[in-house]
Amino acid sequence: MSYEVIDARGLLCPLPVIKAQNKAKQLQPGDTLEIICTDPGAQHDIPAWCRIHGHKVIEIQQDEESDDFSVIVEI
Amino acid sequence: MSIRKAVALISGGLDSMLAAKVILDQGVQVEGLNFYTGFCHSGHTSAIRSSQRNKEKRNDALWVAEQLGIKLHIIDSVEEYKDVLTNPQFGYGKNLNPCLDCKVFMVKKAKQWMDENGFDFIITGEVIGQRPKSQRKINMPLVSQRSGADDRLLRPLCAKNLPISLPEREGWVNREKLFDFKGRDRNPQFELAEQLGIESYAQPAGGCCVLTDENYSRKLADMWQNRGEKKYELDDIILLKVGRHLRPRPHFKMIIGRDEGENKFLEGYRKRFQHFRITSHTGPLILIEGKLLDDDLNFAARIAARFSAGRLADEVTVTLTSLQGETLQLQVNPLPVAEIQQGWYL
Ligand code: SF4
Repeated sequence: MSYEVIDARGLLCPLPVIKAQNKAKQLQPGDTLEIICTDPGAQHDIPAWCRIHGHKVIEIQQDEESDDFSVIVEI
Repeated sequence: MSIRKAVALISGGLDSMLAAKVILDQGVQVEGLNFYTGFCHSGHTSAIRSSQRNKEKRNDALWVAEQLGIKLHIIDSVEEYKDVLTNPQFGYGKNLNPCLDCKVFMVKKAKQWMDENGFDFIITGEVIGQRPKSQRKINMPLVSQRSGADDRLLRPLCAKNLPISLPEREGWVNREKLFDFKGRDRNPQFELAEQLGIESYAQPAGGCCVLTDENYSRKLADMWQNRGEKKYELDDIILLKVGRHLRPRPHFKMIIGRDEGENKFLEGYRKRFQHFRITSHTGPLILIEGKLLDDDLNFAARIAARFSAGRLADEVTVTLTSLQGETLQLQVNPLPVAEIQQGWYL
């Protein structure tokens, strides 16, 4: 099971989703993908993308010192 | 017979949603494609303005796909779209919308995707005569030909007004159950939505992207004119959606945040621009595009002060930060409202 991280900070929606989608193509079911984002829209868009494609949002972690947050997805 | 597969262009609006639904209901496997050009309505624009906080922040294309229960693939077309927009073979519509070239581009990309993924045909939500130029009947064959999709392009909402396509001829879909919509009347679509049990849908006015918007196109045209060439980067076209844009002199433009959400958004860009902050009062962040000459400093600072809470004060302190990060404080008297010319607003 691999754990991959992509940095989508500073990117506006839907670019974080596009990055996640393109990375997911290289991953296997059960792998974990962490997407670090700053656009609040990604908190809605990434879960919507997950529901459509059958991935699972494990959690959304908000960074305490910045606007960064991570969406952690099981592929 | 194996299940046939169709790839549907999904803009997030009602028509493409209906087209996909009609074909899904005929037992075809459908997946959606959505193109991100940077000009799309939904997405980040809702993240920018705080006055829109209450509105659902959603990507309409993803939302449509979820309602239909289909997969959606979003294609990053920002780079390739530049050529479509700056050099459209068939020209622009009423504003800077290159709809016909845009349709050809998207269907061509869909054709490529179809071939790579083993799909059988393409569907779009086009309706004859709905849009002045791109959806005229004589232009419909043009999209199928130029895109290379030929008779593998099916428009379920107006198929009965068009020559028979391959999926109909082969019996993959039943032509009898397709539609003959035409013209600008949207009632047939609303009725069909009701019949199909689709209760909620996004309805952007005018078209599927901001290029059909007159105000947006004016700002884009101004940008091109002042740069002397039709070029842009993604950040440029996104900034055109944010704030008030004023051009008080030909060689500089001021981008003024209208609310907290916009100011916060503009903050992310401040290092790339000379910018003003109002230090004695509350006020917006103001980015300067172009170059302020020494003679302009006071004048621009007075305009900046006008948009702050100190607009009626005798003196307002405005801080200008240069690209190198050096700051300069200016004490100015806000420009009276009567001296802000309407023609400065883009
Ligand atoms: S409205 Fe915009 S996205 Fe839609 S066809 Fe025209 S140019 Fe393309």
